[in-house]
This record gives sequence, C-alpha cells and structure tokens, in this order.
Amino acid sequence: MKFIDEFRNKEIAQGLIRRIFEVSARPIHLMEVCGTHTVSFFRYGIRDMLPKHIRLLSGPGCPVCVTPNQNIDLAIALSRRDDVLLATFGDMMRVPGSTSSLQKEKAEGRRIRIVYSPLDSLRLAKENPEKKVVFLAVGFETTSPAIAMTLLKAHSEGIQNLYFLNSQKRVPPALRALLQSEKVQIHGFILPGHVCTILGREPFAFLSEEFKRPAVIAGFEPLDLLQAVWMLVNQVEKDQASVEIQYTRVVRDQGNPVAVSKMEQAFQQDEALWRGLGWIPGSGCRLKDAFSSMDARRIEVDVEPPREHPGCLCGEILQAVRTPPECPLFKTVCHPDHPVGPCMVSVEGACFTYFKYEQTQS
Amino acid sequence: MCLSVPGKVVEIQNNMAKVEVGGVIREVSIDVCPDVTVGEYVLIHTGFAIQKLDEKEALETLALLRELATF
Amino acid sequence: MPEGKILLAHGSGGKLSHDLVSDILLPRFSNPFLEPLDDSARITNQEGPLAFTTDSYVINPLFFPGGDIGKLAVCGTVNDLSMVGAVPSCLSLSLIIEEGFSIELLERILSSARDAAEEASIRIVTGDTKVVEHGAADQLFITTSGIGWIRKGVHLSGVNARPGDTVLVSGFLGDHEIAVLSQREGFGFQGELKSDCAPLNGLVGRMLEACPTLRCLRDPTRGGLATSLNEIASRSRVGIVLEEAQIPVRESVLGTCELLGLDPLYLANEGKLIAICPPQEAERVLEAMRAHPSGKHAEIIGRVTEENPKRVTLQTLIGGHRVVDMLTGTQYPRIC
Repeated sequence: MKFIDEFRNKEIAQGLIRRIFEVSARPIHLMEVCGTHTVSFFRYGIRDMLPKHIRLLSGPGCPVCVTPNQNIDLAIALSRRDDVLLATFGDMMRVPGSTSSLQKEKAEGRRIRIVYSPLDSLRLAKENPEKKVVFLAVGFETTSPAIAMTLLKAHSEGIQNLYFLNSQKRVPPALRALLQSEKVQIHGFILPGHVCTILGREPFAFLSEEFKRPAVIAGFEPLDLLQAVWMLVNQVEKDQASVEIQYTRVVRDQGNPVAVSKMEQAFQQDEALWRGLGWIPGSGCRLKDAFSSMDARRIEVDVEPPREHPGCLCGEILQAVRTPPECPLFKTVCHPDHPVGPCMVSVEGACFTYFKYEQTQS
Repeated sequence: MCLSVPGKVVEIQNNMAKVEVGGVIREVSIDVCPDVTVGEYVLIHTGFAIQKLDEKEALETLALLRELATF
Repeated sequence: MPEGKILLAHGSGGKLSHDLVSDILLPRFSNPFLEPLDDSARITNQEGPLAFTTDSYVINPLFFPGGDIGKLAVCGTVNDLSMVGAVPSCLSLSLIIEEGFSIELLERILSSARDAAEEASIRIVTGDTKVVEHGAADQLFITTSGIGWIRKGVHLSGVNARPGDTVLVSGFLGDHEIAVLSQREGFGFQGELKSDCAPLNGLVGRMLEACPTLRCLRDPTRGGLATSLNEIASRSRVGIVLEEAQIPVRESVLGTCELLGLDPLYLANEGKLIAICPPQEAERVLEAMRAHPSGKHAEIIGRVTEENPKRVTLQTLIGGHRVVDMLTGTQYPRIC
C-alpha cells in the first residue's frame, strides 16, 4: 500500500532506534496524546525497543475513553424510544454506561446501527422517514468536519428527522488543562497527526510558548513515531521548546481551512465533561442556534442519574497519573470481555492495550 | 482516535470521489478537500477526504529518514 | 413444485414434506446410503477409526462473494474432519427454514451444497427439514454432522506441538470475513474480495503423503489465526513465535483492515489451514502444499518454542515484538 508500506521499513526503523540511543541521555516522560498513537506504539513493539529511560505516557486522546457515563446513558435512553434509530461508530458499542451499554441494548432489540461514516446516518434518516435517527457524534477535530458536513447537508436538504447527540471534544483545551493541573511530569508531547491535519500547528503553539514544552506533530506509521521521538529527544537534550511537524506529507502549518470553516459553521465551542479531567471550558461542540432543531438533547427521555464504578481508575489513567496495572480492577474485575471502564473497552484505551499487548512476557 | 488512511483518487463525480487503498475502492466525499484531482493521494477518514497527501514531502521524508538511519 | 415459497406444511411430514424431499433434495444428493430414505442411513464402508464432527451455520447474508451458506456448511464440516486426518465420508444435512423462504433460493443453496460435496468426494446420506413460523428463524439455518475414517498411523492434535516445530499456513488470511463483512454491512467496498470457502481434504491428503508425522492441523475460522494458535499453544503448553513479514494477507484485505481498523490475525477463514510439523519436514510439507491448488500461497510463518509457554508472540515488521492474544469480544470496525 503506497505511502503506508514505505513507512514500515525495517532497516530504517532499526537505524532510527540506534540514533535515538545515541542522542538520548536524560530520563524523560513523553506523552502520546492520541489513542491511535498508543496503539501504534504497541502494535509494532516500539516501546520495548526504545531506551528504558524514555517513558511513554498515554494521554486523554481517546474520544471513546473520555466520554462520560452520562452521554452514554443518554444515548441508551434515546435508543429505548420506539421512534428512535440510534446510529453510532463501532467504537462506542461496548462502552459501559451506568448500568448498560449500547451493545447490551442492541441485544435487547433496540434499533442501534453501526455506521462507518456520519453520512451513513443521513442515509438512514432518508430511508426511515418515520423514525428519529440520532447520530452519536463522538470524536476529535479529525472527525468534527465530517460530522459538520453531514449536518449542513441534512439541513440544506431539508431533512427533518436527523438529530445529533454531540459528544465531540477538542484537544488543545484538554492539553492546557492537563498542564495546568501539574499532576504529572511531561517533558514533551507527541501530538495527534490527524487532528493537526485539520487544525494545523498554531492551536498547539501554546505548549511551547506558554508551557515551554517541546512538541512534535507525528504520523502513525512506525517510522513516523520513531522520527517524532528522535525529534523530541533532540529538543529536550538541547533544552529547546518548539512545536515541530514530523508528519509533513499531510500536516500543513495552516491545517485544512475548509474543514475548519465547516466546523465553525455548524458548531460553537462549549464546555464539555471529560471522564477523569472534569469540565473543561471550550473543549466541546454544541450545535449553533440555527441548527438547534437537530439537537438530540431536545428529544424527551428519562435518563438515570449517572453512576461511576467505584475503584475504576480510568480518570487518573487518562491523565497519566496512574498506569493500568495500578488499577485494582485491572485484569481481575475489569477485562476486555467484561469491561468496567471505557479504557478497557476502547481498542485504543490504555487499559485494553496494556492488557492485549503487555501480557507477561517473563 | 483518527484512523485515516492514504488512498489514490481514481474517479471524481461532483463532490464524491472513488479512492483506492490496496486495491479496494471506497467512495468518499471531497466536500472538505475540494481541489483534489484524479491521480492524487488523499487521506480518508469516516467517508471523507480530509487532506491531500504531498507526495514530494513524503519522498523527502523517506530520503531524510534513510539518510538519518544509515549515516 | 408450483409455489415459490416454503410453507409451514413443508415441514409437517405430510405430502408437501415428501415433495420437498423427492423434488428438491433427492435429485441433488442421490447415493446408495441416502436412497432407501430410512430413518437412519446404514454406513457400511468403514475404513478406520471414526472421526465425528458437527457444526451449525447461521451466516448472514446467505449469499456472499465466493459462496453461500450451502457451500459453507459442507466445506466447514469436511474441513473439521480433515483437520484430524480423517478422509471425509458422509454428511448429514439438517435445515431449519423460515416460513416464506423462497424455494428458488433454497434450490440454489442446495445445489451449492451438492457441488461442494462432489468436489470433496463426500456423500450426503441423511438429513432433516423443519419449517418454523415467520420470525422464528432468520431465513435459513443449516446443521451438518460429518463422519470420516482416520488414516492409519495418523495422529493430529492440538496437544502435539513441540519446541522447534515449524508453523505453516496454507494461504492468504482474512478473505472470508472481509468478503462477508463488506456484503453485510454495505461498506461499499468494490474489488476482488471473495470468500476463500473451499474443501481442504485434498490438500490434507497430499500433506500427509509428504509427511505422515505432521503434528497438528487447524482451520482458523472464527477468531482467526491468532485464536487457533493460542489454543494450540495452550493445549501443547508451548510458546509460538510468528514472523509478521511472512504472514500472507492480500493487499485488498490489508487495505480494508487499515480502513476499518481491523487486525487480519483475527479474521475468519473458510478455506485455509494452519499446520505444525517437525522442523526437518518443513520444506517438504511446504512444497507439497504449494503443489496443490488450495495451498499455492502457503508460507512458513513461525516456530514453536519452549520459552513463554501458552503465549503467542509476533516479531513485528520493524523487528520489535508484541503478544498476540486470543480474540476478546468482537472486532467492530473503528473510526478511532
């Protein structure tokens, strides 16, 4: 596969690892913000190939993991209405809410459909005019333009039965909150390449300008990750702090302005609740007033009061304050087959990846 | 978070494009990536092309990495 | 049969039931064991220790690129018999049909089953048909049981793997699941994505000729290569190390996996096998596999180790390693 296979070259990877060993001296913590990066590090076995004094921390960049119970409970409540068809990305199916999950509800016969694109929910709305089709809108800025376009399309075509349950998040405010909380020592950031494909470099400049941390916008293939680690280590060793782009084949300084303008047409910034991080101002998306009739929160439902599972450390894990093995429920009560928290459900969740890839080797 | 894959545009009709990844063809919207042409590579995510891939940059990155890895 | 749809009466044992057997089933499957149409078939050609297996097929959609439920049912059971070194001999074919099911589609499916049975040189010797009310079953369910005679001196089992053994696979992984997934979910993928559904008894015969001391054969159906190898590692109490670069996967399957966030190691196959053999036999086994149409793309993909017992690990494309666990839950396509 072109522009994929070349970035998985073994010789180059081995060479880059040698370069990292040569240049790296100080013990540092690097945060991989994005869940897809966490998966890539594990999938290729890169963690074990790096010097032991470089610690990779996984951050809150998994939109599934940071979805709080109340959003899932609301989605479940909506799906229980006879006139609702809930459309969701597959990632959300097994996330436990307070007492149930979308997967369990589907087994009970609720109309829940897995979609690959938000546009599929528009198609479902057209095919099921007698139903209210509710799209569970989860994702970061990579996905928000697609959701925005779907909404704008539906609106311009006069589709009356498509609704959006907004659970989208924005990354820069979350990183700011993380750094302000000072709960964990982070020397540098590996930034999400696809979020930055949309946003560009500028929204992350505060990391170096205000907080004096180096940051590198990285792609997702093994060579991308290794180059990003090498770039970060170089900055740290030279006491530099700037936001660099490793993923130059896709990330432009200005991002994708067309995509950003569509987002701004459809959504306004709002505070949002992040599992573990709490309420963060400006970190969520609300439908603009012109589209308020498409807001799924207007549909009347009874939602149970949210309950978090006592003992679940997902909140702290998402802030990199703890690691999955430190959670008392890890692998015992909480297991991919019967997950308690979303970090174990999402294939990008720290707990799931630790479970799947870091089974005892000794 | 952002599963996106590069693919080659093989056909464009209005605001939709057929993109090929490893021999599999997927139809995506080019609404947020409108100035793309047949033969170019785009990054696709949830049914949308979200950015053009700069082939020149890709090759430069690979060359840089090869040099870095083997000097 | 004049009507186009299956009625409840077709399952009631009366005239319509008999018509179903005489007009649709018997012409397709005629053989001396079936023809008496007694309550049981009398099998009189036993040639060795008996192997016996059963499976149910509830696949949706019924028709997919490369096959249908009829072909799948026959091949699945033929392959289960082959994996223990048995020569498949006879199958039973039981149908549970939803009222209102199209007779034309039923005939197509039964013809597929017949064609698969002929290819595998097995007979369908007994069966059953039930019809349930609309809504009580999803169109058509098929259950097949099969018997075969285990070849002399052959002992294939998941407990047999030994440190030093070689792990081989007979060809491209993931074709079946991706073909079905793309059809069912309407993901809109076009391209050469066909199920690999096929009988493997011919291939197994050649392999056993080349190497009667094969340790184990397994067909990686649900849960894929990863799950089957984990089962073997666990039963044999050995470790297994795989070489990612050696595992054969078609580009179109890889592309689909990239697009949907799926892992090819966990995808179902219906016409592939994993083989474990003593290391000194590996080249001979590989050659025998590649000489057969069902093993053209066979590869050596790993080895059995003493270290890390009950664990399967993968040497990644870039030379790192990771653990390959059993499949937990279901793989949903992701965006994340």
